[in-house]
Amino acid sequence: MVKRIVSGAHYGLKDWLVQRFTAVIMLIYTLALLGWLIMQRPVDYDTWRALFGAAWMRYFTLLFAFSLLLHAWVGVRDILMDYVHSTRLRLPLQVATIVALLIYSMWAMNILWSVA
Amino acid sequence: MKSNRPVYLNLRHIRQPLPAIVSFLHRVSGAFLFLGIPLLLIVFEASLAGQDSFVAMLNNPLIKFALFTLLTAYFYHFFAGLRFLLLDLGWGVALAQARRASCAVLLAAAFCAATLGAWLW
Repeated sequence: MVKRIVSGAHYGLKDWLVQRFTAVIMLIYTLALLGWLIMQRPVDYDTWRALFGAAWMRYFTLLFAFSLLLHAWVGVRDILMDYVHSTRLRLPLQVATIVALLIYSMWAMNILWSVA
Repeated sequence: MKSNRPVYLNLRHIRQPLPAIVSFLHRVSGAFLFLGIPLLLIVFEASLAGQDSFVAMLNNPLIKFALFTLLTAYFYHFFAGLRFLLLDLGWGVALAQARRASCAVLLAAAFCAATLGAWLW
């Protein structure tokens, strides 16, 4: 067991926690959506649109999107740190990842509120 | 500490145990899902754009295939990730349980993929 003071220097505990919390949020969302799909069978356009027309579902989906943003950031950052050792290459890739994830979040928000 | 012992770590010559394979595939599926986000958003957008695009999308074999691949990766990532959460809680750490849990992850993901396939086609 390595003794470390977790405050101060950034050892990654926060990212580890974020990874798990966001995973649990997405797990709950996935189960809820699957449950709805199974109960709703057959799913057609009207029921699908009515589902996302409900405000609570839009916010729930947005919560999923933000969780995915943080979750994917930690995951992709870990992968880049493991395999891309050149800082000159890794830094632009990490920036591109952040930009892409932010754009995806705004895109998702736009889709969700176009139904409202 | 410097050791003069020979080091042989050719990954292709080491037989990986099942939990290692399941763990690595979790990373692969995660990377794949990250790359698939824009596609998923396009499909999501089309599914809510109107009756016509909803039906056209579900009848497009290419979109169906893409959706099947992405959702299969999602199910796999879901179950393999659940295993990691349980490992954090101290469940399934012993070797025998780790093997059984890894096997369960593969079976659960395969079952979900088969159900999804049956629903899509």
